[in-house]
This record gives sequence, structure tokens and C-alpha cells, in this order.
Amino acid sequence: MLKKTVTPCKIAFSTPAADKLLINVAGDWVIGNDFPPIGDVQKNLEQHSSLRQISFNTEELLAWDSGFLTFLIKVRDICTQYEIEMNKEGLPEGVQRLLTLSSAVPERKGARRETVREPVLARIGVKALDFVRASGEMLGFIGEAFLVFVRLLSGKARFRRSDIALIIQECGPQALPIVTLISFLVGLILAYMGAVQLQMFGAQVYVASLVGLGMARVMGALMTGIIMAGRTGASFAAQLGTMQVNEEIDAYRTLGISPMEFLVLPRMLALILMVPLLTLYADLVGILAGLFVGVTMLDIGFMEYYHQTVVSLTLTQFAVGLIQATVFGVLIAIAGCMRGMQCGRSASAVGEATTSAVVTSIVFIVVAAGVLTIVFNQLGI
Amino acid sequence: MTATIEEEQERDAHITARDLTMAYGDFVIQRDLNFSVRRGDIFIIMGGSGCGKSTLLRHLIGLKAPARGEVFFNEVNFWKSETEEQERMKRNFGVLFQSGALFSSLTIAENVALPLGEYTDLSPAQILEVVSYKLSLVGLAGFEEFYPSEISGGMQKRAGLARAMAMDPEILFFDEPSAGLDPVSARLLDDLILELRDSLGATVVVVTHELASIFAIGNNSVFLDPETKTMIAGGDPKRLLAESRDPKVQNFLTRGEKGESDIKENNE
Ligand SMILES: Nc1ncnc2c1ncn2[C@@H]1O[C@H](COP(=O)(O)OP(=O)(O)OP(=O)(O)O)[C@@H](O)[C@H]1O
Ligand SMILES: [Mg+2]
Repeated sequence: MLKKTVTPCKIAFSTPAADKLLINVAGDWVIGNDFPPIGDVQKNLEQHSSLRQISFNTEELLAWDSGFLTFLIKVRDICTQYEIEMNKEGLPEGVQRLLTLSSAVPERKGARRETVREPVLARIGVKALDFVRASGEMLGFIGEAFLVFVRLLSGKARFRRSDIALIIQECGPQALPIVTLISFLVGLILAYMGAVQLQMFGAQVYVASLVGLGMARVMGALMTGIIMAGRTGASFAAQLGTMQVNEEIDAYRTLGISPMEFLVLPRMLALILMVPLLTLYADLVGILAGLFVGVTMLDIGFMEYYHQTVVSLTLTQFAVGLIQATVFGVLIAIAGCMRGMQCGRSASAVGEATTSAVVTSIVFIVVAAGVLTIVFNQLGI
Repeated sequence: MTATIEEEQERDAHITARDLTMAYGDFVIQRDLNFSVRRGDIFIIMGGSGCGKSTLLRHLIGLKAPARGEVFFNEVNFWKSETEEQERMKRNFGVLFQSGALFSSLTIAENVALPLGEYTDLSPAQILEVVSYKLSLVGLAGFEEFYPSEISGGMQKRAGLARAMAMDPEILFFDEPSAGLDPVSARLLDDLILELRDSLGATVVVVTHELASIFAIGNNSVFLDPETKTMIAGGDPKRLLAESRDPKVQNFLTRGEKGESDIKENNE
């Protein structure tokens, strides 16, 4: 925009009578221009204690917009405070009308929120209480989800079978490209990292064992879990959150249809089914990446690599990975759906729900992976 | 005389609110609401923007428990009933939300068909017939296969109306049904509401700001005031216009032409 030259705002005070104050305004009173501080007006009012009325002279006023009005509203507030009459006659006609309009509807008492800065201790307390409440809500949601699964098993849960197919399509096959890319790279990295050490002993063939075990036991499940948390967990939270904003969830409730059964159950089922399958696929891709590195860079023969992989991998290793994957699937589904269902009624709340779904599921996943690794280790698997 | 009217209201009351207080957390929206809606009434909930009309509706349809007080349907206390009993009562409700609240993953036809598929034994073909009929009532014939995001705001409102009427419910709750409609459609909607009442004997609870339709269809009402946070008037809107002495009510019912000066005096 073209920057016009503006004449500075000027304000001058005079007292035509003992109980009257005349405010002379001059210049361009437009937003962006420097207005004189409102304190000047207040000071003048305080100096003349016998003041009953203030009025305006705007003959030298060149231009005005909302900036001028906000200034006048502040003046009006001061006037009410000191019980002085504000005479609007000297103001331009448009300004007078807008001022009148802005006072037509009195401010709702109690509607304006007071923002009080609380002491640190109080805030810590509030946070702690929030945490307790949030944990309670989480347990409540898990309990509800459990009950819905019980209803599913007893054949009483109501949902549309076609929804499951659609959601499976969304969170399974459509995730293949990203899962392929990530697990291939992870396999590649594992192979290289291992090769650096193993080559020193001339034992590079054990790269096959390392990659195979690494992918099957942990990395396949972990990587798939994290991808699905970012991809599907977030999308569940956003979908359900938007439904909450649109009152769709309320509409289901009033139709007597439980949103837990109709919306959450198919999503959880689809995810719990797809994460293990994707994990198996990720294992395979990772192992292929290792094979690629082994054959092309480390001079291991194809058959040699294959043989070493088969020897070191048993079904148990895959089972360990799959158990983890299933647990991750449950956790992501719970986190995503829970944050979506808890969502508030605004666009920003949906954003928060999505972020919080991803954060929650990744925390869940990493903690669960740690616990499960220790458990499997203790069990000697 | 007032006593007899109230007695009469109590007698065939379909919905009764007793000392109903509504709050979000500690923030009270409205307190001590007492009114009853007779069978076959077209009951208007009115009041300025943000005074708690939608909130009151949420309490009546069982979405939000009152902070205090009771809601009765046919003299059965809703919030003291078992969950199954509540579900059964809710099945008699048809609700149009202020935002339409269509299920975004379903087509218009599937939206209207959902309750039919859940609660009736109709065959898919029969359901389709009912759906087409309901859609034609709201002027949406031919839009069966559209998704909610593919139709306009006013059309979403009308589709929501069709869904609310799908089961021929005993009580219809409409939150601003005519907002976003052109004057002619709004007028047709009024006729439709009257027709639903007359032919199906439905009780209709409507939140609306449209003065024309308040007087055209309403025969009972409650007026919520955001400042005193309670109801300041109730009864037949036409009688309120003629008899109410309250400047706020007069102001509202005459679009600010009457009662405004009185309100100014009250404030100053
Ligand atoms: N979820 C909520 N949490 C806290 N306060 C809320 C919530 N929803 C609404 N309110 C408050 O309740 C009051 C009434 O809201 P409500 O939506 O019932 O108004 P309304 O009368 O329907 O208004 P309108 O005519 O504009 O639709 C408002 O002041 C609003 O600030
Ligand atoms: Mg509303």
C-alpha cells in the first residue's frame, strides 16, 4: 500500500468556563499514527476538580477512523469514572453516531474474563489437579473402550461393517509407501552400522543376523508404530475432533447410537489389525535392505546372506515383534480416538487434539517398547 | 385465573422443566427455569444471542445434565431414570442442531436412513422410499447421493430437518431451523412445522429469532434473559406482545421499536 504522509495528531486543552474543558484535536487521527497518551486527558481532568462537562473542537481534524473512536471511548470511560458529562456535539456527525451505537448494548456483566496472574505455587497445583483429572479421563475412556469390545464379542455392538473396510483401506494399504521408505532406510542404516564393526573381525556375514533380528524384534514394530501414530493416530483425532465441533457426535447420541461403537470401535479394530500386518511388511523390507547392502557393498553372497538370515531368525523373533506391534496398535488407537473424543468445540481445539494425539501415542509407544523389551528379556525370549 | 392456566398446563404437560439451572462448570448460564410444554404445542425458546437457548435445548434432549433441577417427559424424570429408559425416551426425539450436524462421512440419504435402519425392520427399498419422501418434504428431492460438504448451508439445515423427522418422533427439537433460509423457504418451513403438529400430533420445541414465524406458529414460549440469567416471560407469544409489561420482552417482540426507551431508563 502506498504510504501517505500523515499529519501528526495534536491535542490541546482549554477551559472556556470553570466547569468546562474543551479538547482541541487536530491532524490525522488514523490507525498507525501516534496518538497522544490518554493520561494527558486524565491529568487535565484531575487538575480541574470543579469540572462538569468536556466538549470537543474538531475544526482542525483532517481525517479519522476507528483509531479516533477507540481514543474517544477511553475518554468516555474516564468521564463516567469521574462523573463528568461528555458533550459530543463538537465531533463529526459520523463519529457521534458510531459512539452512540457502541454504547447501545451495555457490556454483559461477568462476560469479560478476568485474566489474573496466579502465583507459581497455585499454578503448579492447578497443573497437578489437571493431570489427575486427565488421568482419570484416560482411564474412563479405556474402560469404555473395553466395554465396547466386550459388546463386540457378544455380538451386540452396532456399527457399519463397510466403515471398517474404508478405514482399513485408509490406514493399511495407503500407508505402504511411507512404511516401505522408512523401513528400507532403517534396514540400510542397521546394515551399515553393523558392517563398520563386524568388518574389523572379517565377520561381515553376521550383518544378516543383526539386520534380521533388529528388524523383526524391535525396529519393524517401533518404526511402523511411530509412522502410524503420526499418520493414522493424528487423522483419527482430527476426524473425531471435527465431528465434535460439528455436533455430529451429539447427533449420534441423540439418535441413541453410541459414538464409541459407531465411530471409535471400527477405527480401533482397523488399526489393531493393520499395525501388525504393516510391521511384518516392514520387517521384510528392512531385511531386503540389509541384503541389498550385504550383496552390493560387503561382498556377501546372496545365498550366504539368505542362509545366515534364516539361521538366526526363528518364528519367536517375529512373534516378539508382532506382540509389540499389536500393543502399539492398541495404544495408538486409544490415544488418537481419546483425544478426538475429548476435543473442544473450535478449530484450534482440533489442532490441539491432533498434536496431543501424536505426542501421547509416541510417549505410549516408547514407554511400552521399553517395558516389553525388559519383560521379554526377563522371560528369556 | 393464572392458577387455572398453570393447572391446565401441568395436566397434559408433555415436557416439564422444574427449577432447571444450567451451568458450564461454575459459570451459570440460566437459573430456576420453570415451564411446561403441552402435547401438541409449538413451543418457542427465545431470547437474545448467547442467552443460553441452545444450552437449554441440550438439557432437554438429554445431552447435558442440569446443574440443578429436573426435566420431565410425560411425568417421568429424565435425569433420574436408568440409562435404558433414557435411551428409550430419546428415541421419541427428533433433533435439528444449530449447525445441522449432518454425518459428514455419509450421504444425505444415508444420514436420513441411519435411524430408520437402526430402529425399524424396514427393507432397504422401503427405507429408500421413506428417505425420498422426507427429503421431498424439505425440498431436497434429488440430492440423495450428495455429501453434506457438497450442499449449501441452508440445504444442510433442511437435510438435518429431514433426518430429525425420519422416525416421525413425538417431540421435535429445532435449533434455529430457518437461519440461513430465504424468506420463501422459511415460510414453507413454518407450514411444514404446523403440518407436522397437526397431522402427526407432534410436540415441537423451536429456538428461533424470526418474529414472523414466532407469531405464525408459536402458541407457547419461554423468554430467556441473559442479564438476570433466568426466564422473564412465558406463554403464548401473541399474548406476550399484547399484554407483557416487560420492556425487554416488548423490545424483542417489536424488533426494538417499542420498549427501547424504557430499557434506556432502566439502565440509567
Ligand atoms: N462449551 C461451553 N463451555 C462454556 N461456556 C459455553 C459453552 N457453550 C456455550 N457457552 C456459553 O453459554 C452461553 C449460551 O450459549 P448458547 O449457545 O446456549 O447461546 P444461544 O442462546 O444458543 O445463542 P445463539 O442465539 O447465538 O445461538 C454463552 O454465553 C456461551 O458463552
Ligand atoms: Mg444457539
